[in-house]
Amino acid sequence: MAGIPHDHYEPKTGAEKWLHSRLPIVGLLYDTIMIPTPKNLNWMWIWGIILTFCLVLQIVTGIILAMHYTPHVDLAFASVEHIMRNVNGGHFLRYLHMNGASLFFVAVYMHIFRGLYYGSYKAPREITWIIGMLIYLAMMGTAFMGYVLPWGQMSFWGATVITGLFGAIPFIGEPIQTWLLGGPAVDNATLNRFFSLHYLLPFVIAALVAVHIWAFHSTGNNNPTGVEVRRTSKADAEKDTVPFWPYFVIKDLFALAVILAIFFAIVGFMPNYLGHPDNYIEANPLSTPAHIVPEWYFLPFYAILRAFTGDVWVVMFASWITGGIVDAKFFGVLAMFGAIAVMALAPWLDTSSVRSGRYRPMFKWWFALLVLDFIVLMWAGAMPAEPPFSTISLIGSTYWFAYFLVILPLLGVIEKPLPQPETIEDDFKAHYGKAETPAE
Amino acid sequence: MFKALGLATVTALALSAGGAFAAGGGGHVEDVDFSFEGPFGKFDQNQLQRGLKVYTMVCSSCHGLQYVPIRSLSDEGGPHLPEDQVRAYAERYEVFDAELDDFRPAKPVDHFPGSTLDNAPDLSLMAKKRAGFHGPLGSGINQMFKGMGGPEYIYSLLTGYHEAPECAPEDFPGSYNAVFAAGGFPDSCKNEDGSHMVPGSWIAMAQPLYGEDVDFDDGHDNDLHHVAEDVSAFLMWTAEPKMMARKTAGLTGVIFLTVLSVLLYLTNKRIWGPIKGKNKKTS
Repeated sequence: MAGIPHDHYEPKTGAEKWLHSRLPIVGLLYDTIMIPTPKNLNWMWIWGIILTFCLVLQIVTGIILAMHYTPHVDLAFASVEHIMRNVNGGHFLRYLHMNGASLFFVAVYMHIFRGLYYGSYKAPREITWIIGMLIYLAMMGTAFMGYVLPWGQMSFWGATVITGLFGAIPFIGEPIQTWLLGGPAVDNATLNRFFSLHYLLPFVIAALVAVHIWAFHSTGNNNPTGVEVRRTSKADAEKDTVPFWPYFVIKDLFALAVILAIFFAIVGFMPNYLGHPDNYIEANPLSTPAHIVPEWYFLPFYAILRAFTGDVWVVMFASWITGGIVDAKFFGVLAMFGAIAVMALAPWLDTSSVRSGRYRPMFKWWFALLVLDFIVLMWAGAMPAEPPFSTISLIGSTYWFAYFLVILPLLGVIEKPLPQPETIEDDFKAHYGKAETPAE
Repeated sequence: MFKALGLATVTALALSAGGAFAAGGGGHVEDVDFSFEGPFGKFDQNQLQRGLKVYTMVCSSCHGLQYVPIRSLSDEGGPHLPEDQVRAYAERYEVFDAELDDFRPAKPVDHFPGSTLDNAPDLSLMAKKRAGFHGPLGSGINQMFKGMGGPEYIYSLLTGYHEAPECAPEDFPGSYNAVFAAGGFPDSCKNEDGSHMVPGSWIAMAQPLYGEDVDFDDGHDNDLHHVAEDVSAFLMWTAEPKMMARKTAGLTGVIFLTVLSVLLYLTNKRIWGPIKGKNKKTS
């Protein structure tokens, strides 16, 4: 691929040459799999493979589940029970699909925070980052609609609450909400279109993943030092890198096997642990559950959504300055989407010339606080919206925005970075040149 | 840094998962040692058959099991009744047949009938719907380590009927149950700040089990606690009939993947050896 100099595919036999001159697909695959990869990548670089596996797992199990599922308000819940009881292996497929969504989000959060710590979003990898954020949004949409399909109580009421957010947009909100739902409330039309879109979006994600991979194959991988691979000559590049196959394929497959062993233990022994028991009650529009709680992976953003109530001064100020157009509900919606938007803008908000957090003494602490903040928000999102949880959510949300909008821009100016290694080779040698270290 | 991060994430996941379904107000839920708990736990076939009898003689007069096919009573890993017994059992129930436009005796392919009373919930999934009470502090840790879940709740509910506390008016509707949280609650049993003086609430269902409600064919004890335990185990089976198959598949997966991990670890070590070792020699 472009960028790092390396050997390219050379067709040898007649048949190879014949194909290559017409469609250079073998060359494309060769260059993709043999991409020079920084040899100092640590274990936080395994999540990409885990995520690719998750996408395939969800698509394969999902397609089989769709063969037995009925998207109709009177039949959906019973058809899921049919899968659980009568379809051969159906119970395991469904639990794989259900917990597969959780594994997908565990991996995506690890992947995102790895990028935030090692500065993977910085130039020249902004496009990779932005595509990644689009994938993340598409994942959230897919997961949300998938959760509606079993037509349990949390499915129904979660859909009601989340589509209600769109209704909070001034002037055009209500038509949008009706258009999304296919009617005035969550009903059969909603279930049908959610099923249709839940089937479609994973393929959109697959296409975005291809672009995501294409983008970072063009720029080359980031690495824990943030120092670029030397591109001066092939010999120099080879001192910093090893080909993806077999070195990282085997390493990533090892990581995948370990994580899947844990995953199978969860699916086999406690498949409902991360779910909400209320979703085993069939949807009932006449009975609202005591607490409507989204799936765990939405909780941090759900906490941000609920944090900005009418008595917070920013909300009052926004309401006053817009003449009441921005009310507390709409402000919450803006904050929730804004929380993801500021993350997507990180490449332009981070002013530091040093890429990796490893050489940024002050950044390290602010980043650790961001991770803690994310976890606190996740917990606060599961709690009822009352003091002290609402206050904690508000503090947590404020820090989230402050990190991206204030701390990242300022740190680049005031922070004195530590010296970075000259090359990736130096870093690798420093690590493995010393005493015995376990194979990493 | 990321090791600590991973640990923190796992903790947060466990906490938020538990917190997500921490609905307070209920009384103390007993931990029962059911045979099916833990990765290697299995349903006790005799217990499921006893539970079926309790369900048939007591529960089924009001409640139903609309998602459970009667034929599954002969499934391995479940009550595992002989097929002729299942056929005979099915005939106890009448089902509506759209083709005949009339009722006929049920066959094994039919499902159990639904509830006969409007306010009696279907019991097929009760053990999974009510898995969300566990503590401590809504952390879900009891479910994780003690295997507490829906069956414990059902057991505690069935044994949770007590004499109504003195604070309540005598004509207050329902029966006092120290475990049930979602029922009516008399104002006279609330403190000034609105908090409850007694746990639980008043449930519409009258006490269904008193002990010695049924005689078991295997001569098993039929006091209240045993009967309640047996029917709770049976309802766990109706909610999760494929539990045995699931655990076997999960265990097979874990063993297979662990072996694969070891092999891949060794492969990885070997192929990276020259890359890392070259530098090691210099030191």
